[in-house]
Amino acid sequence: MYSFEEVNLLLLEGFEVTLRLFGLTLLFALPLGLILSFGSMSKFKPLAYLTKTFIWIIRGTPLMLQILIVFYGPGIVFDEPLFTDRFLAALVTFVINYAAYFSEIYRGGIEGVPRGQYEAGQVLGLKKSQIFFRITLMQVVKRIIPPMSNEIITLVKDTSLVRVISVIEIIKVAEKMSTKGLIWPLFYTAVFYLAFCGILTLLFGFIEKKLDYYKN
Amino acid sequence: MALLEVNNLQKSFGKTEVLKGISFSIDKGEVVSIIGSSGSGKTTLLRCLNFLETADGGTIVVDDKTIFDAEVHKKLSDSQKRQNRLHFGLVFQSFNLFPQYNALKNVMLAPTLLDTASKEEIREQAIALLERVGLGDKLESYPCELSGGQQQRVAIARALAMKPEILCFDEPTSALDPSLTGEVLRVIRGLKDDGRTMIVVTHEMEFAKSVSDKVIFMADGVIEEMGTPEEVFENSKSEKVKAFLSDTKF
Repeated sequence: MYSFEEVNLLLLEGFEVTLRLFGLTLLFALPLGLILSFGSMSKFKPLAYLTKTFIWIIRGTPLMLQILIVFYGPGIVFDEPLFTDRFLAALVTFVINYAAYFSEIYRGGIEGVPRGQYEAGQVLGLKKSQIFFRITLMQVVKRIIPPMSNEIITLVKDTSLVRVISVIEIIKVAEKMSTKGLIWPLFYTAVFYLAFCGILTLLFGFIEKKLDYYKN
Repeated sequence: MALLEVNNLQKSFGKTEVLKGISFSIDKGEVVSIIGSSGSGKTTLLRCLNFLETADGGTIVVDDKTIFDAEVHKKLSDSQKRQNRLHFGLVFQSFNLFPQYNALKNVMLAPTLLDTASKEEIREQAIALLERVGLGDKLESYPCELSGGQQQRVAIARALAMKPEILCFDEPTSALDPSLTGEVLRVIRGLKDDGRTMIVVTHEMEFAKSVSDKVIFMADGVIEEMGTPEEVFENSKSEKVKAFLSDTKF
């Protein structure tokens, strides 16, 4: 059987996949969420309804089901798989799913900035872009840090769902060991999650503290 | 010659006519108070002057230059509108300071972004303005560290930083503790002594009476009465004015 070092090494390889999925999801979902939030706040009603319906579908169905649909769906419907790369299928699903959640957080943050802040910028003769980037953006960021940190920590653990399409992340690695009779690594994976979420918690705590010098 | 001429300004929200043709003029250096009960259109008038609402009809002329004409306003470019609105400054009831910036940066932000002068000049001017409103020792303070009265004085300095020809106040003391209204009113009084042209929407009757050159009483979207403080407060012929003044019992 595996030694403790070997188990650690193998789990670390699995965790690398977990982290890659985590990092790439954030990289694409954070900006895509902003675009979706603009869509759902659009004054052009059809676009707003379309975006809201999309967000409803994404948030209203299990992420695991979405992963299965994205990976197997096209093959069943068109007899031609859309994704041959399992990791890519997982990533695309995660980006779409998390963008939908992020967009709602952004929307709440943007709509939470008092009307008077925009008006104060307007009467001073500022352009819309100046008002957004120099006045409201910082206030939005401060508002959304707590819900975002919550969502991002959930993302760390949601990555374990991709094993339904056999992406070999840390839990899948541990499961393989357990089928060979080595049970404890499966429970031991918790240490990796805890350590990483601990780092994230400290990071968000630090950012919140940084922004604590003023109150919205 | 009048500095500001407002001609037949009209504004409706849906079917509700809020301004039914408002006309008045102000000379340079005059202080005009607008009084009247809630819903009479005072604040809407001020917001139309500052382009926060777009009036449906009428014109606004400053220094012989038409800065607003309901007929053509929509055709103006955004930058032209921004240029035109800078004839006016506005101090809000709820201050609306930018919470993430300290007092000095609040005052410097717009001149800096609009590049009105060199960075150093803007800074010196901002410090001078904050000293003018009695906050020379609060330059580095954030809005959340200031009292309501201090915040409102920063807001006045911020509005003055863009050098408006006419400074408007929308109930500048209504959100303040009674004990804090005095410091704000003193600043406004001081600005009058500097020769500033100002329009003040207010519920402070004593203040309106003592500081104004002209008082406008609004009711139901029209100017019910306009005149010197004596004419409006002491010798009004309008029943509405008399009823309002006796209700406020100052």
